Amino acid sequence: MNCRECTDFLIDYLNGDLPAAQQRVFEGHLELCPPCLTYLESYRATLALGELVRDEPAQPLPDALVHAILAARGLKSKAD
Amino acid sequence: MAERSQATEGAADEVEFVARLRAGDAAAYAELVRTQGGRMLAVARRLLRSDDDAADAVQEAFVSAFRAIASFEGGARLSTWLHRIVVNAALMKLRTRSRRPEVSIEDLLPKFYEDGHHVDEPAEWKSPGQLDALERQETRALVREQIDRLPADYRTVLMLRDIEGLDTKETAELLGVTPNAAKIRLHRARLALRTLLDPHMRARGTS
Repeated sequence: MNCRECTDFLIDYLNGDLPAAQQRVFEGHLELCPPCLTYLESYRATLALGELVRDEPAQPLPDALVHAILAARGLKSKAD
Repeated sequence: MAERSQATEGAADEVEFVARLRAGDAAAYAELVRTQGGRMLAVARRLLRSDDDAADAVQEAFVSAFRAIASFEGGARLSTWLHRIVVNAALMKLRTRSRRPEVSIEDLLPKFYEDGHHVDEPAEWKSPGQLDALERQETRALVREQIDRLPADYRTVLMLRDIEGLDTKETAELLGVTPNAAKIRLHRARLALRTLLDPHMRARGTS
């Protein structure tokens, strides 16, 4: 396995989808190739940074929008 | 055990709440909009990056949800069901947008020599887990900015899978592609985002 192939397999490796024999070859390459190990860590970090975006706290819906949504269904909100 | 009975109680409350919605209870509708709307607006804003479009998508999502509440099955949580509806509404809006000129995905993928070795030696990154509150806020803004630089098809698949947490099958259905095509596109989107984040995330002394 070379670095290009190792990069191609990252998603399956992290999903646990690599067949056992292929996983051994993949991990064998990582043991011998510090650049690929560093690349794997930064790929993992990219996923962790995505979670940062997902975890952004939600703000309450603006009142005007609440009113518009309820009005669209012919309902009145309590604030009216 | 306490946790379990709380969960069971929560589920029972939800069944009762859904029954009120089905019966056309106006107070239940208002409660639904107030309790779920903020989260739905955050989802629409993330996908659309425009407050006006996001507000429209949330409004359209609630209209769809009110219409479809009779077909809501208790198998999923109400919040999960609404999440899928607002994602769908936002995707419909994204599809109607004219495309801006975008960078080619090939330019953002890692480069290799003919023998398969990396052209640019990968550098170590700062650990996302070690960021303090202010750094987290700044980094969140940076990641959003870089996600927005991805070509549209790649941005969408990454948003659906890695940010909104949909599984590959659901993502593939929404995009009208096979699960394998969605997986390959996601992998390329992640590689491209990694390239865009790399200059910003390198640990001190390695850039």
